[in-house]
Amino acid sequence: MELDSLITLFQKKDLTAFEKLYEMYSKNICGVINTIVRDTELAEEICQDVFLKIWNQSESYDVSKGRFFTWILNIARNAAIDEVRSKSYKQGKKNLPADYFVGILENKDNLNLKVDAIGLRSLLKNLKEQCKQLIELLYFKGYTQKEAAETLDIPLGTIKTRNRSCISQLRKNIP
Amino acid sequence: MDVKKYIASGILELYVAGTLSEEENAQIHGYAKEYPEIQREIEAIEAAILALGEASYSGTPDFSSLKEHLERPKNPKVISLSGNWAKWKVYSGWAAAAVFAIGFFWSYIENGRLQSKMDFVNQENQVMEQQILEARNAVSDTEKLLNTLRNKDINVVSLDGQEASPNAYAKAYWNKKEQKVFIDALGLPEPPKGMVYQVWSLKLNPLTPTNLGLLKDFSTHENKVFTLLNPNESEAFGITLEPEGGSESPTLERLYTLGAIAS
Repeated sequence: MELDSLITLFQKKDLTAFEKLYEMYSKNICGVINTIVRDTELAEEICQDVFLKIWNQSESYDVSKGRFFTWILNIARNAAIDEVRSKSYKQGKKNLPADYFVGILENKDNLNLKVDAIGLRSLLKNLKEQCKQLIELLYFKGYTQKEAAETLDIPLGTIKTRNRSCISQLRKNIP
Repeated sequence: MDVKKYIASGILELYVAGTLSEEENAQIHGYAKEYPEIQREIEAIEAAILALGEASYSGTPDFSSLKEHLERPKNPKVISLSGNWAKWKVYSGWAAAAVFAIGFFWSYIENGRLQSKMDFVNQENQVMEQQILEARNAVSDTEKLLNTLRNKDINVVSLDGQEASPNAYAKAYWNKKEQKVFIDALGLPEPPKGMVYQVWSLKLNPLTPTNLGLLKDFSTHENKVFTLLNPNESEAFGITLEPEGGSESPTLERLYTLGAIAS
């Protein structure tokens, strides 16, 4: 079934359509949240909340304003970032590691964090450190181009093309 | 429009990231509809980000538990109620504390009330025990008396009322063997103040009275059965009213009761 008609059905509160969309995006959305909160159990909780929110606010999605995936991604990022900024989270994890995917892969002592390490490693193969960082900031953390440029200390005008080449490398790594 | 150049600019990657303006988004949406190449490119970029996100999570999302939430009647309310719920928790906490305090106070009062009630019941019990004990003693006294009077050696003599008091009567139970006489004086009127009943053993021919004793403390005596010693060969018993302390010989004008022993 076409994505567009699935979305239309979903917006009419069709549960079967919602289930299909859930199957398409939930693992990714949980992963994005997991990358931000660095606690798989907590990520699952937030992930579930995000999909509840999506269901309850389905009519607010407008296809002309962006991809359906981008819409969910935005809601998920905001939910995860809200959590990271919450008091209870800060009390639990005083030193949130500022590292990126590499850090996740190398951080062996974080038992609460479960990732597909082999899959992640092969996807990030041959990606420059700056690429990993840029992808994470733009897609997983919802940074604007300006914010990403400032964080990584690179010219704003180069973000678009740098990102394009990083994503191209990532696409080559997809099995 | 140069589609390849447009794709190469990297704007579609940012479109998927969601960092573009509303106008740019609307424009790209239009291009995607118009140019299948752009549509495919967008989908490929999205797929790459999807794959990366999926690798960042090793679990398996479960739709069924989400579905349970969805199927609950009108879920949106539940979320908006969370503030009220917190308030309710506070209110119910205070309510519970108030209920507890009232309950505690009530049980304190009730405890005191029950304690005094118990004290009262205990006293009542003691009184009743006393009464039972007394009744038991009374019964055993009565039994003793009955046994005494039923003794086969007893001679029962009816003393009938005489001129001084025709309605008076008494009974004498004489145990000759034990030389005791029991006078049942229940049928005698209360003696006037300063006077006392005196019992006499009589021989009839000639009439010879012998003093057996006084019915002392008549009015306060419990069963009005008086025990006197009688070592005499009596033929009759008589009771007269005499001045306090008794008399040497009976005052016959005040002979209340008299009865002869059947030979």
